[in-house]
Amino acid sequence: MTTTQPAATAERPLSKSRAPAWFQEYGVYAAVATLLVFNAFFTEHFLTVDNLRTQLIQVAPIVIVALGMALVIGTEGVDLSVGSAMALSAALLPLYLGYGLVPALFIALLAGAAVGAVNGTLVSVVGLQPIVATLALFVGGRGIALVVADGQLKQITNPDVLALGTGSFLGVPLVVLIAGVLTLAVAFLVQRTTFGRQVVAIGGNRSAAALAGLPVKRVLTGVYVLCGVLAALAGILATARLTASDPSSLGNLMELSAITAVVVGGTPLSGGSIRVLGTVAGALLMQLLTATLVKHNLPDSTAQMAQAVIIIIAVYVARERRSR
Amino acid sequence: MKPPEAAASAAAGRQSPAPPPVLEARGVSKHFPGVVALDDVSFTLEAGETHALVGENGAGKSTLIKVLTGVHRPDGGELRLSGQEVHFARPFEAQQAGISTIYQEVNLVPLLSVARNVFLGREPRNRFRLIDFPRMNSEAAALLDGFGVRVDPRRPLHTLGVGAQQMVALARAVSVNAQVVVMDEPTSSLEPREVETLFGVIADLRRQGIAVVYVSHRMDELYRVCDRVTVLRDGRHIHTGDLAELDRMQLVSMMLGREITEVRRHGVTSFSQEGHDVERRPVLKAEGLARRHQLDGISLNLHPGEVLGLGGLLGSGRSETAKALAGALTLDAGKISIDGSVQRRHSSASAIRAGISLLPEDRKAEGVVPGLSVRENIVLAALPRLSRAGIVSRGRQDRIVEIFMKRLRIKASSPEQKVGELSGGNQQKVLLARWLCLEPKVLLLDEPTRGIDVGAKAEVQALIDELAQQGLAVLLISSDIEELIEGADRILVLRSGASAGELTGDQVTEGALLEALADHSPAAPEAGTTENAGEEAAR
Amino acid sequence: MKLMSALGSPKTAAPLPSAPLGKGGPSPGSAPASQTSGKDRLASFLQSQGALAILIPLILISSFIYPTFATLDNARGVTVQASFLAIVALGVTMVIITGGIDLSVGSVFALGGVLAAWASQWGMIPALLVPLAVCGAIGAVNGLLIARAGMAPFIVTLASLLGARGLLLAITDEGATTYLVPKDSAFATLGQGSIWGFGYPILIALALFGVIGVVLQRTSFGQTVFAVGGSKDAATLMGLPVARVRMTVYLMSGLLAGLAGAINAARLSSGVTIIGVGMELDAIAAVVIGGTLLIGGAGSVSGTLWGVLLLAVIQNLINQIGSLNSSYQSVVSGGFLILVVVSQRYLTARTRRGAAP
Repeated sequence: MTTTQPAATAERPLSKSRAPAWFQEYGVYAAVATLLVFNAFFTEHFLTVDNLRTQLIQVAPIVIVALGMALVIGTEGVDLSVGSAMALSAALLPLYLGYGLVPALFIALLAGAAVGAVNGTLVSVVGLQPIVATLALFVGGRGIALVVADGQLKQITNPDVLALGTGSFLGVPLVVLIAGVLTLAVAFLVQRTTFGRQVVAIGGNRSAAALAGLPVKRVLTGVYVLCGVLAALAGILATARLTASDPSSLGNLMELSAITAVVVGGTPLSGGSIRVLGTVAGALLMQLLTATLVKHNLPDSTAQMAQAVIIIIAVYVARERRSR
Repeated sequence: MKPPEAAASAAAGRQSPAPPPVLEARGVSKHFPGVVALDDVSFTLEAGETHALVGENGAGKSTLIKVLTGVHRPDGGELRLSGQEVHFARPFEAQQAGISTIYQEVNLVPLLSVARNVFLGREPRNRFRLIDFPRMNSEAAALLDGFGVRVDPRRPLHTLGVGAQQMVALARAVSVNAQVVVMDEPTSSLEPREVETLFGVIADLRRQGIAVVYVSHRMDELYRVCDRVTVLRDGRHIHTGDLAELDRMQLVSMMLGREITEVRRHGVTSFSQEGHDVERRPVLKAEGLARRHQLDGISLNLHPGEVLGLGGLLGSGRSETAKALAGALTLDAGKISIDGSVQRRHSSASAIRAGISLLPEDRKAEGVVPGLSVRENIVLAALPRLSRAGIVSRGRQDRIVEIFMKRLRIKASSPEQKVGELSGGNQQKVLLARWLCLEPKVLLLDEPTRGIDVGAKAEVQALIDELAQQGLAVLLISSDIEELIEGADRILVLRSGASAGELTGDQVTEGALLEALADHSPAAPEAGTTENAGEEAAR
Repeated sequence: MKLMSALGSPKTAAPLPSAPLGKGGPSPGSAPASQTSGKDRLASFLQSQGALAILIPLILISSFIYPTFATLDNARGVTVQASFLAIVALGVTMVIITGGIDLSVGSVFALGGVLAAWASQWGMIPALLVPLAVCGAIGAVNGLLIARAGMAPFIVTLASLLGARGLLLAITDEGATTYLVPKDSAFATLGQGSIWGFGYPILIALALFGVIGVVLQRTSFGQTVFAVGGSKDAATLMGLPVARVRMTVYLMSGLLAGLAGAINAARLSSGVTIIGVGMELDAIAAVVIGGTLLIGGAGSVSGTLWGVLLLAVIQNLINQIGSLNSSYQSVVSGGFLILVVVSQRYLTARTRRGAAP
């Protein structure tokens, strides 16, 4: 059939130049390495165990959330509700600690799964745009968390939970260890499992995937559930670090940090490709950038503006890669 | 005015004051990455004539239209409007110059009102420079009345039927003081009554001296309304002349690039000469498949070991039939049974489970996942079978991929190369491999050799042959007459979404097929194994 | 054949997943929608003016139950509060009607307030012009990157959300400096003055809604905004200035957010730096509750007005009830949002089915 495909000729890219392929592929790693080298020479007390430890501990929750976000973005979606899922799990955790650590953790993670299930159903079954579907729980999820917690900040005294936040194994903080293990797990999921490959295929060409008999709705829902669970886990870990459950502010703006990490890491917003290690590098880049600027007495404002510029550059480069 | 005379007088000398053609394309070329869409094509349109533009898929009609209407800029050649050379940077400029277009799919804004759609961008204003809605609505109503559409112009466009929407598009196109109106498949979604109205409008346009470019695959329409015809094929200009001087057979054979002289099976393609041993019991049986505007009661049987050709011009419902069989198109009515059991909830997944595989026509949009590797594209549908506990076995994948890459001679630097980087022929082979590794019983092939190079084409044809010999049931859709004649054991011809005849045995010849396609004379439809109880009454 | 045995396992070993794809037969409600039935008209009314249909009974019932709700003072308080979100949401409405999104308005709102407070030392005109110029420039950059460079609105405005917040911090010594608006200046009056008890911010918001309502409904520009959102390709083929219109709506969104920030600074007598976080999503929620489709092409500024008021009234009622803490507000708003978008989805699926090719 001759479908008269209306060409959007009005939109021409500003320039036709293509960034070099290596820059698209390895730019984010190169940027992280450059920052590290720069700091090794020009920043005092940067390449110390203590400092690196601090940086990694700070970036760990972002990495965990961003892993889930990368899966969602790989399906051409987005999840705005991750901050709310964090708050919800944080709010539920102290309520059930009385029954023991494991039930409390389970319920907190279950809350994340529930948030994801709602998002996933709205996206895959109802067919809403991901932005709107997840906006609803972005608005409402934190409210539910506050209602659950009665609007209060609760101190956490349970030693097991606190150990999650402060403990370390072989000198590596548990939080960092968990983020590292999850990175490997998600990388394995994406690369080696049926589910992971179906996620990428659905993001790459949804109608081809449907024609190939893939369970599109189930996979989409699963992706959002995973994202919700990872966010809930990040909420638990952040709560353990803070030694308090603070549903009113925990995870605020987390959706933006996570999306930024994913996008800067080279995963295209148009789906079909998931760069797990790139996502970790993206989160690290943003973290190191801020840390570097702070150490050089450049204020937060500069860091934020620099982040804005990096996002634009990253998306522009990715856009060129997919230009037709 | 007789065009040949005009051409002759123009050639004779400059002093002859013959008016220049209202629109003229001279030696226009247009390239897309990897494709030559138009190759030195010329086209003239005289004032007041209705000029048919015909050709099969990939002939370059759409591209030519887009060049004429400012959507594409030509790479070479020139456009002249009433003798003046013009360059359109945007569709807007072409419209300003008096060329308006009605696209096949209604290109209006569904949520806006009818009147707003008609006047978008040139709304009547009152003295405060604000839109004068009462005047706009009454003008729109009056205008549409002339097209036989009596609707409240304040209604949102999407509440109208598709035919009425097409009329609104037509009203918009004509009301901008057009000198040229381009109509791309204007009748594809119209009811017979609406088609009559459209023809009335075209007659009016002719009286006003407005030229019409008419693109359609429906022969009877062309012969009813068009004065001249231009045939394109593979991006080249083939013929321009009075339509009355050509009969349908001649026209169809020009479109398809075949001589009318009957050609017996002469072995141009890579299909074997013998037919296949066909089992008696059908593996796939479809009865009365119907879908609004697309399928009108199609029935067919498909037996193990046979290649059933599905013939028909564009828009005849070939692809829709294949999609319906593969569970990828919801039907208004009809019954599909596989191995004798009726399919209740027929979806892509259930069809695949039942052993039906569809190689879709649109390789890019519905076939390959361009960002994934050759390996992953091949195993995509088979992933669950290649996994244990959800973890994909790389070893088993590699084994299958290796076998199929060798077997189908897929040329890629490695199995890890991205499919998007392969040639069309290799992409097609990857898709074939995706389906073959599922061990299907029925293979539905929609234009399997279109847009792939000669070598790959021969390989795919030989493979189809071999698969049928091994007992697969194959449905072959092709616009390539030779491929259909030589590849198929029998051919079901579709027209307007209904069965228009079947060729079996000795009837499978080019002449008979061309005649059936051109609706020349019924090609002795023999009941055979197929029940051709297609309700043709509606058309 | 040998290649088919390559799987190594019999066909029955691992069944393909049962697919929940497609609906098989004809889906429910697939009747041709060529006739406008009463039901359809109700549906389209609910879709476009649903917020109003809820707002009025809500106000009436609440007036009976809570005597402190239906007082003039309370009405003034609620509406002044709401007018800033309303102005911001007005710009977002235009962006969303074109099928885009603007996440930067919260930051731009805060930036506008700080700039206005800083510039108010030189009088009223600079206090308005400086924030409008800067915020307009941010909107213009958004528009340029989206409409000309073809980048995704979501990510571009996400970046400018960060950028604008960074700029704000930079001019306030990392939030340490709070610029004050001179007392009793003309600019302060703009935020604090009133006519018959109704503050200027309300009147300004209403005036802006009126003007932009007319622009959207009664000018070619407005028609093009709808056309671009309804079908960008069709609008392009119709020869409408698609890129220009898309740029303009982001510019307007930046200007309106900056203006709202400036007036808010005048009302608060200072440029508060921590304001506006998350406001973009409140604005989007209000717009969507007001019946504007997030996919673009349909919507109204009046709907947005009712959406903003509905959110404000819900917040006020929860304060009135007293026994509920304020977090219920976001639960209710979120619930509303789901309700609205899901019903919109079904209503548009219902009305659009006829138009599908």
